[in-house]
Amino acid sequence: MGQIRLQGVQKSFGPVHIIKGADLEITDGSFVVFVGPSGCGKTTLLRLIAGLEDVTGGAILIDGRNVVDVPPAKRGLSMVFQSYALYPHMSVRGNIAFGLKMAGLPKDEINRKVEAAAATLNLTPYLDRKPRELSGGQRQRVAIGRAIVREPKAFLFDEPLSNLDAALRVQMRLEVTRLQKQLGTTAIYVTHDQVEAMTMADKIVVLNGGKIEQYGSPLELYEKPANLFVAGFIGSPKMNFVTGDLAKQQGATTIGVRPEHLKVERDGQGGWHGTVAVAEHLGSDTFLYVDAGPLGMLTARYVGELDLHPGDKVSLIPDPARIHRFDDGGKSIRA
Amino acid sequence: MARMVTTRRKAISTAAAWLVGFLIFFPILWMVLASFKTELEAFAIPPSFLFFHWTTENYVTVQERSDYFHHALNSIIIAGGSTLIAMLIAIPAAWSMAFSPTKRTKDILLWMLSTKMMPPVGVLVPIYLIYRNFGLLDTRTGLIFILCLGNLPIVIWMLFTYFKEIPKDILEAARMDGATIGRELIYVLTPMAVPGLASTLLLNLILAWNEAFWTLNLSTLEAAPLTVFIASYSSPEGLFWAKLSAASTLAIAPILVLGWFSQRQLVRGLTFGAVK
Repeated sequence: MGQIRLQGVQKSFGPVHIIKGADLEITDGSFVVFVGPSGCGKTTLLRLIAGLEDVTGGAILIDGRNVVDVPPAKRGLSMVFQSYALYPHMSVRGNIAFGLKMAGLPKDEINRKVEAAAATLNLTPYLDRKPRELSGGQRQRVAIGRAIVREPKAFLFDEPLSNLDAALRVQMRLEVTRLQKQLGTTAIYVTHDQVEAMTMADKIVVLNGGKIEQYGSPLELYEKPANLFVAGFIGSPKMNFVTGDLAKQQGATTIGVRPEHLKVERDGQGGWHGTVAVAEHLGSDTFLYVDAGPLGMLTARYVGELDLHPGDKVSLIPDPARIHRFDDGGKSIRA
Repeated sequence: MARMVTTRRKAISTAAAWLVGFLIFFPILWMVLASFKTELEAFAIPPSFLFFHWTTENYVTVQERSDYFHHALNSIIIAGGSTLIAMLIAIPAAWSMAFSPTKRTKDILLWMLSTKMMPPVGVLVPIYLIYRNFGLLDTRTGLIFILCLGNLPIVIWMLFTYFKEIPKDILEAARMDGATIGRELIYVLTPMAVPGLASTLLLNLILAWNEAFWTLNLSTLEAAPLTVFIASYSSPEGLFWAKLSAASTLAIAPILVLGWFSQRQLVRGLTFGAVK
């Protein structure tokens, strides 16, 4: 079991409030991603759950038990660090076995478990190597091995893929997701990369300035962002925001349209007019950055190749069903 | 073509490095050579480099005139003792400053270093008087104490920079893995700090071994280490180059051997943090 509940969790460092009261319920076996810009408190929140930081207020319940006064090792969680934090003087075997050794398990049981974990992660040939003799991806797998071998109630991942190159990151992303599903263990994963968040999560927690902005499935966040911040943060390229009369006509202070929901027409009649400032041709997609005069710069995405170049006149027609409306306070207006 | 240039450059820089190395080493070599000459040959102009009457007579005289092993033992006790005590004080000090720094940590470190900025001769008279009043003159305890204090700032600085390099994440990983503070120390911290501890220990040992100011001023015979033994050949009856060289060679031999075997550690220690 690995059900985690946060109740009004607060954290301050001196006069600085890092976490301003977080309430969250993470069901057993789910993959939850904390995402937000740097400094939003996502890593701090993870460290609070891990027990590496003490809460200033509130309660953290793991399977119904409040653990705020329980030391990290006794919480039954394991953590994968951004820097991997492998023990440099120990072999891969020693690294993976360390937690079990500390728990005082008999030797043959430790060996059996270490070898099983190594087999799961394709680390068997490297068991006797030192971390410095491994590649970045292999080190990452050792760090994950160290986490899974203890059969924790939940895994905590602190930006584990950010030190890998792009190709390896995509591969490890898949591996982590597959492993989590296979083991069925609750996972909390911190990242600033919203693509990672969207692809890996069962549920995403969007954090900003120490507050939870929204908690929901990736598609919920994409389709029904609770506010301007979430709308702007989830989705790539960013959602276009338009204020002024155009928004007023829709009964909102701000309206937002995602780049993929703008239909691009050459010299079209309706919609919003503008001039192409930059066109990015990826083959599979074409991204247009359009100077739309009083509306500002708008981004549009066209699936496939579109033969447009800087200086070309275009009109952008928003999909009326996909226009997001926001009030004065930036909150979503739901019809 | 590019390859040719690289090879030539490499050859030139290698030659330059050997030249600089030889220049640095030359005085030591010359001293060792002089120790095998007669007093007359040691003074001879032009000096002979290798073609002289090799003799070990100086070593015999030196051992007859003064007890080398007495001084060597003193050197070992004083350098070893002061190093050990300095390490015992410095490890917890550097530890706490590296892992739970306060707002004042930087200031404390600078203050420690600032004590090395004053020339020791500035406090010679007060220290001498204190030592006289406490009966510490010409005692090993007294020398251990002063060398320990003198080197403590350097030892703390070195250890501090080492400990700072140990990533906090690893300690946290150990905590997550269920290690108690004691086990964290034994299984994770100490093995990771060993290279740093070793090179600090070595450097401090060499510094203490070669320290001449305090040992010359605060000891005469009973507690006198090898530095005093060398110095005794430059004063009483004029200069005896060959015997002085023999005494110096004997004095630096143990530390030279130690340095030779531990040069890898030393280089790593001295360049730590600069080169990763």
